[in-house]
Amino acid sequence: MHFTSYLENGQLTVALTGEIDHHCAKGYIQAIAAKIEAYTPELCVLDFGEVSFVDSSGIAVVINALRNMTQIEGKLILSGIGNQPMRVFRASGIDKLVEIKEAVS
Amino acid sequence: MKFENYMILEFPSKSANEAFARSAVACFAAQMDPTLEELGDIRTAVSEAVTNCIVHAYPEGFGIITLRCRMLKDNVLDIVIKDKGVGIPNLEEARRPAFTTGGADRSGMGFTIMESFMTSFEVSSQPGKGTTVHMRRKIKQRQ
Repeated sequence: MHFTSYLENGQLTVALTGEIDHHCAKGYIQAIAAKIEAYTPELCVLDFGEVSFVDSSGIAVVINALRNMTQIEGKLILSGIGNQPMRVFRASGIDKLVEIKEAVS
Repeated sequence: MKFENYMILEFPSKSANEAFARSAVACFAAQMDPTLEELGDIRTAVSEAVTNCIVHAYPEGFGIITLRCRMLKDNVLDIVIKDKGVGIPNLEEARRPAFTTGGADRSGMGFTIMESFMTSFEVSSQPGKGTTVHMRRKIKQRQ
Protein backbone atom coordinates (compact mmCIF):
# COMPACT_ATOMS: atom_id res chain seq x y z
CA MET A 1 0.00 0.00 0.00
CA HIS A 2 1.36 3.40 -0.96
CA PHE A 3 -0.38 6.72 -1.27
CA THR A 4 0.28 10.43 -1.03
CA SER A 5 -2.10 13.10 0.18
CA TYR A 6 -2.21 16.87 0.39
CA LEU A 7 -4.55 19.55 1.67
CA GLU A 8 -5.19 22.75 -0.25
CA ASN A 9 -7.96 25.31 0.35
CA GLY A 10 -10.12 22.84 2.28
CA GLN A 11 -9.68 20.15 -0.36
CA LEU A 12 -8.02 16.89 0.60
CA THR A 13 -6.55 14.95 -2.31
CA VAL A 14 -5.56 11.34 -1.73
CA ALA A 15 -3.59 9.80 -4.60
CA LEU A 16 -3.75 6.00 -4.50
CA THR A 17 -1.28 3.78 -6.34
CA GLY A 18 -0.84 0.26 -7.65
CA GLU A 19 -3.39 -2.54 -7.32
CA ILE A 20 -6.23 -2.28 -4.80
CA ASP A 21 -7.45 -5.67 -3.60
CA HIS A 22 -8.50 -7.25 -0.30
CA HIS A 23 -4.82 -7.60 0.69
CA CYS A 24 -4.40 -3.82 1.00
CA ALA A 25 -7.98 -2.47 1.15
CA LYS A 26 -8.24 -2.33 4.93
CA GLY A 27 -5.04 -0.28 5.12
CA TYR A 28 -6.39 2.22 2.57
CA ILE A 29 -9.77 2.43 4.34
CA GLN A 30 -8.12 3.20 7.68
CA ALA A 31 -5.57 5.63 6.23
CA ILE A 32 -8.21 7.62 4.30
CA ALA A 33 -10.52 7.71 7.36
CA ALA A 34 -7.63 9.03 9.48
CA LYS A 35 -6.85 11.80 6.95
CA ILE A 36 -10.50 12.85 6.73
CA GLU A 37 -10.83 12.86 10.51
CA ALA A 38 -7.64 14.88 10.93
CA TYR A 39 -8.39 17.56 8.30
CA THR A 40 -12.24 17.55 8.07
CA PRO A 41 -12.06 18.78 4.45
CA GLU A 42 -15.07 20.18 2.57
CA LEU A 43 -14.04 18.16 -0.45
CA CYS A 44 -12.09 14.91 -0.70
CA VAL A 45 -10.71 13.80 -4.07
CA LEU A 46 -9.63 10.18 -4.43
CA ASP A 47 -7.18 10.20 -7.32
CA PHE A 48 -7.01 6.83 -9.12
CA GLY A 49 -4.56 8.07 -11.78
CA GLU A 50 -1.81 5.68 -10.66
CA VAL A 51 -4.13 2.75 -9.86
CA SER A 52 -3.74 -0.10 -12.36
CA PHE A 53 -6.25 -2.56 -10.88
CA VAL A 54 -9.18 -2.69 -8.46
CA ASP A 55 -11.56 -5.49 -7.53
CA SER A 56 -14.64 -5.25 -5.31
CA SER A 57 -12.33 -4.31 -2.41
CA GLY A 58 -11.84 -0.98 -4.19
CA ILE A 59 -15.60 -0.46 -4.03
CA ALA A 60 -15.41 -0.86 -0.25
CA VAL A 61 -12.61 1.75 -0.15
CA VAL A 62 -14.83 4.25 -2.02
CA ILE A 63 -17.95 3.46 0.03
CA ASN A 64 -16.07 3.92 3.30
CA ALA A 65 -14.58 7.24 2.12
CA LEU A 66 -18.08 8.35 1.06
CA ARG A 67 -19.42 7.43 4.50
CA ASN A 68 -16.57 9.36 6.21
CA MET A 69 -17.23 12.46 4.08
CA THR A 70 -21.02 12.28 4.51
CA GLN A 71 -20.55 12.23 8.28
CA ILE A 72 -18.77 15.60 8.17
CA GLU A 73 -21.17 16.92 5.51
CA GLY A 74 -18.42 17.05 2.90
CA LYS A 75 -18.26 15.88 -0.68
CA LEU A 76 -16.32 13.06 -2.32
CA ILE A 77 -15.08 13.04 -5.92
CA LEU A 78 -13.19 10.29 -7.77
CA SER A 79 -10.71 11.27 -10.47
CA GLY A 80 -8.29 9.79 -13.00
CA ILE A 81 -9.98 6.37 -13.16
CA GLY A 82 -8.53 4.02 -15.78
CA ASN A 83 -10.45 1.49 -17.87
CA GLN A 84 -10.29 -1.58 -15.61
CA PRO A 85 -11.24 0.24 -12.37
CA MET A 86 -14.02 2.05 -14.25
CA ARG A 87 -15.54 -1.25 -15.40
CA VAL A 88 -15.61 -2.45 -11.78
CA PHE A 89 -17.15 0.80 -10.54
CA ARG A 90 -19.79 0.73 -13.29
CA ALA A 91 -20.67 -2.94 -12.63
CA SER A 92 -21.23 -2.09 -8.98
CA GLY A 93 -23.26 1.07 -9.68
CA ILE A 94 -20.89 3.20 -7.63
CA ASP A 95 -20.65 5.67 -10.51
CA LYS A 96 -24.23 6.61 -9.64
CA LEU A 97 -23.42 7.30 -5.97
CA VAL A 98 -20.24 9.33 -6.33
CA GLU A 99 -19.21 12.09 -8.73
CA ILE A 100 -16.50 10.98 -11.13
CA LYS A 101 -14.34 13.38 -13.09
CA GLU A 102 -11.43 13.11 -15.45
CA ALA A 103 -12.08 9.48 -16.23
CA VAL A 104 -9.39 8.16 -18.57
CA SER A 105 -11.03 6.88 -21.75
CA MET B 1 -13.77 -32.42 -22.86
CA LYS B 2 -10.93 -31.74 -25.21
CA PHE B 3 -8.57 -29.02 -24.07
CA GLU B 4 -5.73 -27.26 -25.83
CA ASN B 5 -3.65 -26.44 -22.76
CA TYR B 6 -4.04 -26.30 -18.99
CA MET B 7 -2.41 -25.37 -15.69
CA ILE B 8 -3.12 -26.22 -12.06
CA LEU B 9 -2.02 -24.17 -9.06
CA GLU B 10 -2.32 -24.87 -5.36
CA PHE B 11 -1.58 -22.26 -2.72
CA PRO B 12 -2.53 -21.39 0.87
CA SER B 13 -5.30 -18.87 1.56
CA LYS B 14 -2.95 -15.96 2.24
CA SER B 15 -4.09 -12.57 0.98
CA ALA B 16 -0.72 -11.98 -0.71
CA ASN B 17 -1.74 -14.77 -3.10
CA GLU B 18 -4.67 -12.74 -4.50
CA ALA B 19 -2.29 -10.78 -6.74
CA PHE B 20 -0.29 -13.92 -7.53
CA ALA B 21 -3.38 -15.88 -8.62
CA ARG B 22 -4.82 -13.20 -10.91
CA SER B 23 -1.39 -12.52 -12.44
CA ALA B 24 -0.76 -16.24 -13.04
CA VAL B 25 -4.13 -16.63 -14.81
CA ALA B 26 -3.47 -13.50 -16.87
CA CYS B 27 -0.09 -14.90 -17.96
CA PHE B 28 -1.70 -18.21 -18.92
CA ALA B 29 -4.53 -16.46 -20.79
CA ALA B 30 -2.08 -14.25 -22.71
CA GLN B 31 -1.48 -17.07 -25.24
CA MET B 32 -5.14 -16.70 -26.31
CA ASP B 33 -4.41 -13.14 -27.45
CA PRO B 34 -7.06 -11.38 -25.33
CA THR B 35 -7.67 -7.63 -25.44
CA LEU B 36 -6.65 -5.58 -22.42
CA GLU B 37 -10.33 -5.33 -21.47
CA GLU B 38 -10.80 -9.12 -21.61
CA LEU B 39 -7.64 -9.63 -19.57
CA GLY B 40 -8.80 -7.03 -17.03
CA ASP B 41 -12.17 -8.78 -16.66
CA ILE B 42 -10.50 -12.17 -16.14
CA ARG B 43 -8.05 -10.80 -13.57
CA THR B 44 -10.92 -9.15 -11.70
CA ALA B 45 -13.08 -12.29 -11.62
CA VAL B 46 -10.16 -14.45 -10.41
CA SER B 47 -9.33 -11.90 -7.73
CA GLU B 48 -12.94 -12.01 -6.48
CA ALA B 49 -13.10 -15.81 -6.34
CA VAL B 50 -9.74 -16.18 -4.58
CA THR B 51 -10.58 -13.39 -2.12
CA ASN B 52 -13.83 -15.20 -1.24
CA CYS B 53 -11.81 -18.32 -0.34
CA ILE B 54 -9.44 -16.28 1.81
CA VAL B 55 -12.09 -14.21 3.60
CA HIS B 56 -14.96 -16.68 3.89
CA ALA B 57 -13.86 -20.29 3.28
CA TYR B 58 -11.12 -20.33 5.89
CA PRO B 59 -12.09 -17.66 8.45
CA GLU B 60 -9.81 -19.18 11.09
CA GLY B 61 -6.31 -19.82 9.80
CA PHE B 62 -5.21 -20.99 6.37
CA GLY B 63 -6.47 -23.65 4.01
CA ILE B 64 -5.71 -24.82 0.50
CA ILE B 65 -7.02 -23.12 -2.64
CA THR B 66 -6.82 -24.98 -5.95
CA LEU B 67 -7.01 -23.12 -9.23
CA ARG B 68 -7.30 -24.87 -12.57
CA CYS B 69 -7.25 -23.10 -15.93
CA ARG B 70 -7.91 -24.72 -19.26
CA MET B 71 -7.88 -23.41 -22.77
CA LEU B 72 -10.83 -25.01 -24.52
CA LYS B 73 -11.72 -25.11 -28.19
CA ASP B 74 -12.98 -21.94 -29.84
CA ASN B 75 -10.77 -19.76 -27.62
CA VAL B 76 -12.66 -20.32 -24.37
CA LEU B 77 -10.81 -19.91 -21.08
CA ASP B 78 -12.19 -22.24 -18.40
CA ILE B 79 -11.37 -21.49 -14.74
CA VAL B 80 -12.18 -23.57 -11.66
CA ILE B 81 -11.34 -22.21 -8.19
CA LYS B 82 -11.92 -24.61 -5.34
CA ASP B 83 -11.57 -24.61 -1.57
CA LYS B 84 -12.26 -27.14 1.17
CA GLY B 85 -13.51 -24.56 3.63
CA VAL B 86 -16.71 -23.91 5.56
CA GLY B 87 -18.98 -23.67 2.52
CA ILE B 88 -21.82 -21.23 1.86
CA PRO B 89 -25.06 -22.06 3.72
CA ASN B 90 -27.30 -19.91 1.50
CA LEU B 91 -26.08 -19.40 -2.06
CA GLU B 92 -29.04 -17.32 -3.16
CA GLU B 93 -28.38 -14.83 -0.37
CA ALA B 94 -24.61 -14.82 -1.01
CA ARG B 95 -25.12 -13.96 -4.68
CA ARG B 96 -27.36 -10.98 -3.93
CA PRO B 97 -25.62 -7.66 -4.77
CA ALA B 98 -24.25 -5.84 -1.69
CA PHE B 99 -24.89 -8.84 0.60
CA THR B 100 -21.84 -9.67 2.70
CA THR B 101 -21.05 -11.47 5.92
CA GLY B 102 -17.64 -9.78 5.85
CA GLY B 103 -16.76 -6.57 7.67
CA ALA B 104 -16.86 -2.92 6.58
CA ASP B 105 -13.91 -3.55 4.28
CA ARG B 106 -16.04 -5.84 2.08
CA SER B 107 -18.56 -4.57 -0.48
CA GLY B 108 -20.63 -7.70 -1.16
CA MET B 109 -20.14 -7.22 -4.92
CA GLY B 110 -17.81 -10.17 -5.61
CA PHE B 111 -20.35 -12.57 -7.13
CA THR B 112 -22.04 -9.75 -9.09
CA ILE B 113 -18.71 -8.84 -10.68
CA MET B 114 -17.81 -12.47 -11.50
CA GLU B 115 -21.23 -12.94 -13.11
CA SER B 116 -21.10 -9.77 -15.17
CA PHE B 117 -17.45 -10.05 -16.27
CA MET B 118 -17.45 -13.69 -17.36
CA THR B 119 -19.33 -15.45 -20.17
CA SER B 120 -20.59 -18.11 -17.76
CA PHE B 121 -20.44 -18.46 -14.00
CA GLU B 122 -21.49 -21.26 -11.64
CA VAL B 123 -20.96 -21.73 -7.93
CA SER B 124 -21.61 -24.87 -5.93
CA SER B 125 -21.09 -25.28 -2.22
CA GLN B 126 -21.56 -27.78 0.55
CA PRO B 127 -21.49 -26.53 4.13
CA GLY B 128 -18.47 -28.05 5.89
CA LYS B 129 -16.98 -29.38 2.67
CA GLY B 130 -16.12 -26.40 0.53
CA THR B 131 -17.01 -24.26 -2.44
CA THR B 132 -16.25 -24.48 -6.15
CA VAL B 133 -16.49 -21.59 -8.57
CA HIS B 134 -16.53 -22.50 -12.25
CA MET B 135 -16.37 -19.73 -14.82
CA ARG B 136 -15.64 -19.33 -18.48
CA ARG B 137 -14.71 -16.47 -20.71
CA LYS B 138 -14.85 -16.56 -24.46
CA ILE B 139 -11.89 -14.67 -25.91
CA LYS B 140 -12.91 -13.00 -29.15
CA GLN B 141 -10.80 -13.97 -32.14
CA ARG B 142 -9.21 -10.85 -33.49
CA GLN B 143 -9.08 -10.34 -37.25
